[in-house]
This record gives sequence, C-alpha cells and structure tokens, in this order.
Amino acid sequence: MTEFAPNTIEQFFEPQEPLVEVRDLTVAFDEVVLRDINLTIPAGQTLVLLGESGCGKTVLMKSIIGLIKPTRGEVFFDSGNINKLTDAQLSQLRLRFGFVFQNAALFDSMTIGQNVAFPLMQHHRMKKEDIQEMVLARLSEVGLPDSVVFKKPAELSGGMRKRVGLARALIMNPELIMYDEPTTGLDPIMSDVINELIIRTRRRNPVTSIVVTHDMATARKVADRIVMMLPLPRTRDGENQIIFDGTPDEIDSCRDRRVRQFVNGEAGERLMELRAAIG
Amino acid sequence: MSSAPVNPTVDEPRGFTAWFVELVSNWGRTVIDNISALGAFSIFVGRTLKWLFSRLPQRGTIWPNFYTVGVSSLPVVALTGTFIGMVLAVQSYFQFRQLGLETRLGGVINMTLVRELGPVLAATMLAGRVGSAMAAELGTMRVTEQIDALSAMGSNPIRYLVVPRLLACFFLIPTLTIMADFMGVAGGHFYSVNVLDIDIHHYWHNSAKFVSTFDLFAGLIKSVFFGSAIALVSCYQGFNCTAGAEGVGRASTAAFVYSFVAILVLDLFLGITLDSIYFTIWPDGTSLV
Repeated sequence: MTEFAPNTIEQFFEPQEPLVEVRDLTVAFDEVVLRDINLTIPAGQTLVLLGESGCGKTVLMKSIIGLIKPTRGEVFFDSGNINKLTDAQLSQLRLRFGFVFQNAALFDSMTIGQNVAFPLMQHHRMKKEDIQEMVLARLSEVGLPDSVVFKKPAELSGGMRKRVGLARALIMNPELIMYDEPTTGLDPIMSDVINELIIRTRRRNPVTSIVVTHDMATARKVADRIVMMLPLPRTRDGENQIIFDGTPDEIDSCRDRRVRQFVNGEAGERLMELRAAIG
Repeated sequence: MSSAPVNPTVDEPRGFTAWFVELVSNWGRTVIDNISALGAFSIFVGRTLKWLFSRLPQRGTIWPNFYTVGVSSLPVVALTGTFIGMVLAVQSYFQFRQLGLETRLGGVINMTLVRELGPVLAATMLAGRVGSAMAAELGTMRVTEQIDALSAMGSNPIRYLVVPRLLACFFLIPTLTIMADFMGVAGGHFYSVNVLDIDIHHYWHNSAKFVSTFDLFAGLIKSVFFGSAIALVSCYQGFNCTAGAEGVGRASTAAFVYSFVAILVLDLFLGITLDSIYFTIWPDGTSLV
C-alpha cells in the first residue's frame, strides 16, 4: 500500500492509528460484489474511493458503518469489530459517523430544520433554543440562509439538498464522515462548492473522511489518498479489486491502462466489452 | 473472466426429463423462497416486538400515526358500515319472508355485523386505505435511502417507523370496528323498519335475544389481531421494497393482498377459538343462534 502523503490540502495534524480497518471483506447479494477487500484508513485522512459504476464503492462504504452485513470478513472502527456489535451498540457507535447520501436522503415529511435537528432530537435532551441555534449554525456553515429552515426538501434544488444533507451529517460532530457521490448530478460550480465544503469541514474539525465519487476533479481537489476499485467481473483471475492505492499525484503517473482510462475518461475497449457481454 | 468448465461426460436432460427436472426445480425454488420469506417476516415481527416491549417511540412519532389510522379512516369505515347493514337487510329479507321469519331479521343482521362483518369490513378498509399507504411510504423511504439515513444517524428504523404504526393499528382498530358495527346496525335498522316495514319492536326484541355481549367482544378481539397483522404485513412489505416506482407499487399491492389474506385466515381460526371459549364458559350456548 502506498504510504499516506498529504499534499493536497492544508494539514492540521499528522495521521494517527487506523480509525477504520477492513479485513478480507466479501459482500455478496445475488452475485459477489466485493471480494477479499483489505483497507486501512488512518484517523484524519481524506480517502477518495474511485471506480466505475457497479464496482462496489457504496457497498464498501455502507459495510464500514454496518448498513450492509458482510458475507465474510471484518470491519474494525477504532479497534472495535463492528460486526460483533448488537443493534443497540451499533446504533450508539453510529453517532460517531456522518453519512452524506447520494440524493441527500432527507426526510420528505419534515422541514429542513427538522431534518438537520433530527439526530440531536433523537439522541440528546437539549433545549429547543439550543437546537435551533446549532441548526442555524450548521446551515450557515454550508452556505444556506435561515429562510430554508421551514421549507420542505422538495422545495430545494439538488445542490441545496446536498448541502442540507451535509449540515445534517455534521450536526453531531462526527469522527468519520462519508460522502456518497457528493457532486453527482450537480453543475460544475455547485460541484466545486461541495468540494470546498468537504475541505472546509476537514479544516474546521479533525475528521476522517471517505468520499465515493466518479469525478476526477473532486478526487484531485479533496483527496489525501485515492483508492481505485474495479468491478469484480473485470478483474483478472485472482486479481485484487483495488487496482490503485496512492496519492492524487501518483494516480496521474500510474501506468495501469485501466486506471489511465478512468482518469482520462476514455471508453477504450469498454464499449466492445459491453457489447460482448450482451452477446 | 474465465468461463465455467464443461464436463463432456454429463448429458443434458432432454424432452420429458428436462421438462420434469425444470418443474421440480421451479417448485423447489418456490418452496425455498416462501420459507425464506416467512423466516424473514418472523425475524421482522420478532424485532418489532422486542422494540415494542423494550423502549417505546417518542410521542411525536406516535400521534401522527394515530391520526392517520383513527381519525382519517373513520368516515370511510362509517360509510361502508352503513351500506353493508342495508345490503344485509335487502339480501336477507326475501329469504326470511318465504319462511315467515322476517321479524328475526334484526337478530341476523346485527349478529352478522358484530361478530363478522363489522371487524372484517373495518380491517379491510384499514388494509386498503392505511396498509397500502404505509407500504408505499416506507417503500419510498427505502428506495430513496431515508431508512438507511435513519440507521446511519443511530436511530433504529423499526423503533422509529414500525412500532408507532403497529401501536396505532392495535389501539384504534377496535374503535373503527365499533363505528362499523354501529353504522351497520343503524343502516340495517333504517332499511328494515323504514323501507321493508318490519315491526320495530320485533326487530329489536330479536336482536337483543340473539346478540350477546360476548359476540360484541369477540368482534373486538378479532379486530385487534387484524390491526396488528395489517401493520406488520404492510410495514414488512415497505421495508423490503425493491427499487423504482414499480417496486413501490408492487409493495403497496402486496401489502393489501397479504393483509386481506391474513385477515381471512385469522378470522377463521379466531372464530373457531372464540366459539370454543364460548362453549367452554356457557356449555348450553343459549345466546347463539
């Protein structure tokens, strides 16, 4: 594994002990999606998971917080095996995570204010005024005005919803924050706004981040380390699904043809492969 | 990707053998799928009961469900109850008249309503109006990752989403059943006395003679089981919804169909059980027709 070499954003602390460790993780639904994945993420690192659609990036991320139970293998968070926790223990542990979903996953029936306040209302006994103050502060951090508090998610644009999702994920001051395709479906300017917010979040809080994306601009901008995965059917016999693990500079100089195709956005022989798969 | 090795010594079955092998294979797969689904449903019910008895949800999640299940369902249950009472009068009158027993219409209508049609009708309306909506709402939450978001924020989706719905159905279906019973009795009375000119004294005298308090309670006890089944089946369908609009539609339809089947199956077994209890307590069965 390439050594962690932060050089893309300002560092406030050096990487410490592994916060997340994935050992021999295999996840299968109708088919095997992930096979024998091993990954270690030090505290404070921003890891970007790259790979084409269907390669299992989101499955890996959801396995890390126990939303998907692995078929085989283990996931450790802060040295504790999360697969051995009871439902109640896992719920308690998840208070240390923040998850920004691809489409924000805001609760339709609630206002924006209620959405952002939800984790606090569920897990803390705080005064309404204090909760309101924290909600407004988080919304302000992601560049949203106070006026959105009483709106419903359906009244907001995609970019605003993603920022609300980020505010909700941050309200509990998580130690590990995960972003599932944070810039997908956004215009280039809004994509860069989200990238800036990811970087600012890291600067403001000592947080470890995992970012799943297809977007090389996002990867280059926010990553300390990039891991690229391949869909299992595309791997060669016995080959690991993780075909690249290194810094943003290293991915640009990587000679693996499949990595180069992804970085440069070239179809290459993929069209032929897809046609062959159809038969 | 490597292709599977071909064993040239094994002949593929052909003709009737192939058809038979496929038939057995499909049948086996269906059996295994159904057993798996039953197991998954049992685990779901077990988890729900565990949360129900270990930690109740917050009041804020309970009241909206009570309103949807109870208050919003009341008008439609009252309306259908009224018409069912009148339809019973219409259908029974000519049969009873041929036997000269038309004055006993009150007993038959009211007994049928409080023991069978009231609870079944209220439960069917609840399954159609609320059960399908629960499955669609939870299904949409599943496909838009809102249920995953709940889990990711350290809240248990069963405690937050299923337990309040179960409590609402459990506590409020008896009130809906009482409303269906009452409106059905009123509708039956109106049609029998005002349209069919049956003597009001005989109508109510026979009602009092044939319908016992136990019948009323039997109906209410059944309704509690029906309500619980509707909530559990509908929430399970919503939680296991497949992706897309088609998946949500399928979950909503399945919620109603399986709830209705559960209502009828429970109705049969509860009817047999309650009759056994009745005859154990009152061996002469004086108040039963």
